[in-house]
Amino acid sequence: MLAQLADRGPDSAGVAFYRQPAPPGACKVSLHSPGGGPDWAELGAELERSFGAPAPHRPRATHATFVIAAEPDDAQAWLAEYHPELTLMSAGRSIEIYKEAGSPLQFVRRFALQELEGTHALGHTRMATESRVTTDHSHPFSTGLDLCLVHNGSLSNHNLLRRALSREGIRFRTDCDSEVAAGYLTWRLREGASLEQALEGCLDDLDGFYTFAVGTADGFAVLRDPIACKPAVMAETDEWVAMASEYRAIAVLPGAEQAETWEPEPGRVYSWGMAAVP
Amino acid sequence: MATPLTQEALITFDLATGTVRELNQLLHEGHPDSAPARVVISNPSGKHAIAVGLNSPYEVEIDGHVGYYCAGMNQLASLRVRGNCGVGVAENMMSGKVMIEGSASQSAGASAHGGLLVIHGDASARCGISLKGADIVVRGSVGHMTAFMAQSGRIVVLGDAGDSLGDSLYEARLYVRGSAASLGADCMEKEMRDEHLAELRELLERAGVDDADPANFRRYGSARQLYNFHVEHLGSYG
Repeated sequence: MLAQLADRGPDSAGVAFYRQPAPPGACKVSLHSPGGGPDWAELGAELERSFGAPAPHRPRATHATFVIAAEPDDAQAWLAEYHPELTLMSAGRSIEIYKEAGSPLQFVRRFALQELEGTHALGHTRMATESRVTTDHSHPFSTGLDLCLVHNGSLSNHNLLRRALSREGIRFRTDCDSEVAAGYLTWRLREGASLEQALEGCLDDLDGFYTFAVGTADGFAVLRDPIACKPAVMAETDEWVAMASEYRAIAVLPGAEQAETWEPEPGRVYSWGMAAVP
Repeated sequence: MATPLTQEALITFDLATGTVRELNQLLHEGHPDSAPARVVISNPSGKHAIAVGLNSPYEVEIDGHVGYYCAGMNQLASLRVRGNCGVGVAENMMSGKVMIEGSASQSAGASAHGGLLVIHGDASARCGISLKGADIVVRGSVGHMTAFMAQSGRIVVLGDAGDSLGDSLYEARLYVRGSAASLGADCMEKEMRDEHLAELRELLERAGVDDADPANFRRYGSARQLYNFHVEHLGSYG
């Protein structure tokens, strides 16, 4: 699906996979090493010494995932203190985020995405408009434990919103407008909103164009701006449900021609999984 | 339509093996003879710009969903899509007929000057935007901003219309059987007179719709307050 839409977003690519949940009491993190070449095995040994249990890891290109015998908050605090040179891409029970600047087709090969299996996944190919092309500016953006966001569009009030959210303690790594949308969801969820409420809040608080897809622990949600400036198509069979900017990404799935296919309405939250909107 | 097709007149093209460019070049090279040639296209898989710029009376069937701008700039050809279509189907169509068995994405029939576009499912936002003379018949519903700045031509909707129907409308005529969520600036409901019932009946017939009574439709048009309408120039608007 990602390769089909490589020409829509040729400069960066990323995925979030939901797979192989960490056992109870443990969490999973995805780390990126911008400097290249960290000794992941040594990091695993450090984690084992600190948390008193093995921290199995799987390297994947410039990234690695670790299962850490700790609550996610404690694991994140430890990483921030002892390894600030590493970028935390995601944290939770089952989420894994991989993303990188560069050709989506190379990304698919380099990260050997065909090896990955999971319950669900989100992907994004980027054509930057508002900000620079770097791995940190790429999507998906983590919006909390087991949550992430991909965005097609551009926001016009992101600077104002970033300042307001920064005062609320939300931290931003880039000047990317999409990261502000992710930060907005993180903040609303932290303040007790449901995912549906947080997404509906976007309709009031975000100014600009957007189609969002949000990954959750057990499903995903979709929202388009009220004038539907950016495309989206959804399809569902008894076996799977999919959403993409264009049908040609869905066309590669088995049975796509027979799937029920429709265009999500503007300004309406769609969701699948246990967080589904009734 | 009843002319039996010879073996030579049937062209098949598989987009799983050939490219869209090869297909379009084949269709642009011209017609093999004076009889309508039938072209069957398989595996469109949502690809863009399929059967664009046709200028011969081909009868084209596409088996599956197509991507953006299918049948754009069509002249003379008659196309049938056995599936859904992406943004801008039949945009800038000049003549001919385009039939979509599924639903259409945004801007269906945008700027089309002539011909007939029939959509069996729904059309989403901006259907018939800037319409310049073509006719569009939608069996289902249409999204917001349908007929935005439509200048001439007719749009028939058997279902409902989304917000801001006919915003900044010029002289296109709109017929809606269901409800309109809201009317756009300078769009108003107008009286359904005999000539409109006759026009609508003819349009429904041409679109192959035999289960809709023209009497159940409402007509919408321009209130002529927004643009510089001068009745003495009426002939040049339509």
